[in-house]
Amino acid sequence: MAIQQLSIFVENKSGALADITGILADNSIDLRALSIAETQDFGILRLIVNDTNKAAKALRDKNCVVNITEICAVAVPDAPGGLASVLRILADADIVVEYTYAFISNSKKDAYVVLRINDHDLVTAEKLFAEKGIREINEQDIQSL
Amino acid sequence: MKKQYWQEEIETASREELSKIQSERLVATVKRVYEKVPMYRERMDAAGVKPEDIQSIADITKLPFTTKQDLRDTYPYGMFAVPMDQVVELHASSGTTGKQVVVGYTEKDVHSWGEICARALVAAGADETDFVHVSYGYGLFTGGFGLHYGAQQIGATAIPVSSGQTKRQVTILEDFGSTVLCCTPSYAMTIAESVEAAGIDASKLPLRAGIFGAEPWTEEMRKHIEDKLKIKAYDIYGLTEVMGPGVSFTCEHQCGMHVNEDHFIIEVLNPDTFEPVEDGMIGEIVFTCINKEAFPVIRYRTKDLGYVTHEKCKCGRTFVRMSKILGRTDDMLIIRGVNVFPSQIETVLLEQGYAPNYMLIVDRVNNSDTLEVQVEVSPEMFSDVTSVLTSHEKKLQTAIRELLGIHANVKLVAPNTIPRFEGKAKRVIDNRQLHD
Repeated sequence: MAIQQLSIFVENKSGALADITGILADNSIDLRALSIAETQDFGILRLIVNDTNKAAKALRDKNCVVNITEICAVAVPDAPGGLASVLRILADADIVVEYTYAFISNSKKDAYVVLRINDHDLVTAEKLFAEKGIREINEQDIQSL
Repeated sequence: MKKQYWQEEIETASREELSKIQSERLVATVKRVYEKVPMYRERMDAAGVKPEDIQSIADITKLPFTTKQDLRDTYPYGMFAVPMDQVVELHASSGTTGKQVVVGYTEKDVHSWGEICARALVAAGADETDFVHVSYGYGLFTGGFGLHYGAQQIGATAIPVSSGQTKRQVTILEDFGSTVLCCTPSYAMTIAESVEAAGIDASKLPLRAGIFGAEPWTEEMRKHIEDKLKIKAYDIYGLTEVMGPGVSFTCEHQCGMHVNEDHFIIEVLNPDTFEPVEDGMIGEIVFTCINKEAFPVIRYRTKDLGYVTHEKCKCGRTFVRMSKILGRTDDMLIIRGVNVFPSQIETVLLEQGYAPNYMLIVDRVNNSDTLEVQVEVSPEMFSDVTSVLTSHEKKLQTAIRELLGIHANVKLVAPNTIPRFEGKAKRVIDNRQLHD
């Protein structure tokens, strides 16, 4: 059920992000969600896009370091407490979330939360979400956002 | 009356007298190493030189050179010219990979070392009433001991504080009443800052002179240290392979470092042709030990660049004066007193699966050297999780610390951003501007 996320190494210098997004623009890649993690020296740009493979190839052709990770994204009610209820399920099962970010769509009422969960916990997490009626979104959903 | 020289007779001897002493000692040393050290005998035989061909210092150019590699190849005791039972002390060169260079001293050598440092101390105005605070490291590194022995020879009180624990250094400066401070110039700056931070008025401290060396420093830095600590700062030069600190030293006129010529012959050679250059011309500095028993190096190529002058100094000393070190013939860096070769960093990178594309950025921040190692992130090590990448940086940092004993700031950069070189790679950007 997981969806694909692109991660791109970004040097900590002016114009680095503009260059990367420029490459994506030139290849007509549509961004669905974005988050950046930064350290003192570098950043990691994480993206969910409409065509992950095409984007990855375009970036690699321009010497960017890119990887593709399976991540879990769930729909949560766009209302107070929406995210907390999802995280509580994971916390109770002792599942660690490496990072998380959220995005919304203009067409639907839900908010979407990306959860980066260790590979070995991913199956358990997905099973728990299914049991608790939390809807995971898939690649088709991403296309239709 | 305060002594102006420790050993006036030799320190102010005429050039004729010095040449005579140097010739006699060179002849004796060459004869001895030919007999006792297989490496020297083989080299001389290969060059077709017999000990009897060396009659005076003019013949020194007939002798083959010795390099650091030779000293490594004979690790640990292959270059020793006396049986080990006569060796009373060992030291080793700092910060090099695997086989370091081990040097030995007989009882007489230890005395000689103290003697040349005693001359440096007296030139800095020290006498038996002084408290000599030695903040060079005590250990295999030659730093601390030479000045320690020198201080004792002049009858001063040696305080072997060693390096580190800066707050404690300040307490000792204040409570023990140190009058002469010996350490690296960058550590002197750190101590000066600590004195200031402790709210101590440096002019109220008994400290009045500093003898600093083991790393390059500028005139600007000298003025800064003198101003901050309210002292007069003197230069001292030396290298483990030759003796340790004390090979040469400045007097109160600060116009070059007097080479202890009764112990060492200095040559300045054109780095390409190895022909001697004239006074004032820059070349590679080469030393021969002529008064050492255990570890006398013959024409040791320091790879340090500098020049000399034979003009008599206003202080009255006749010893030839050498300039500050103006550079290196190789790519060795001295970072916080530690010798660092870019190739050592390269080895660590390769071991950890990095490509050998890297850049070393050396700088001096708050008068302390900094080293940044830039390496390209590879697709294999890249991760969407920050902690995975920072752990790569940490791992590399740890490996560099284990190898060189210094902290390096590792910085991952984007692929293909570090310049590629077709000819000789330029791997170092040194922003310290140490050579004025």
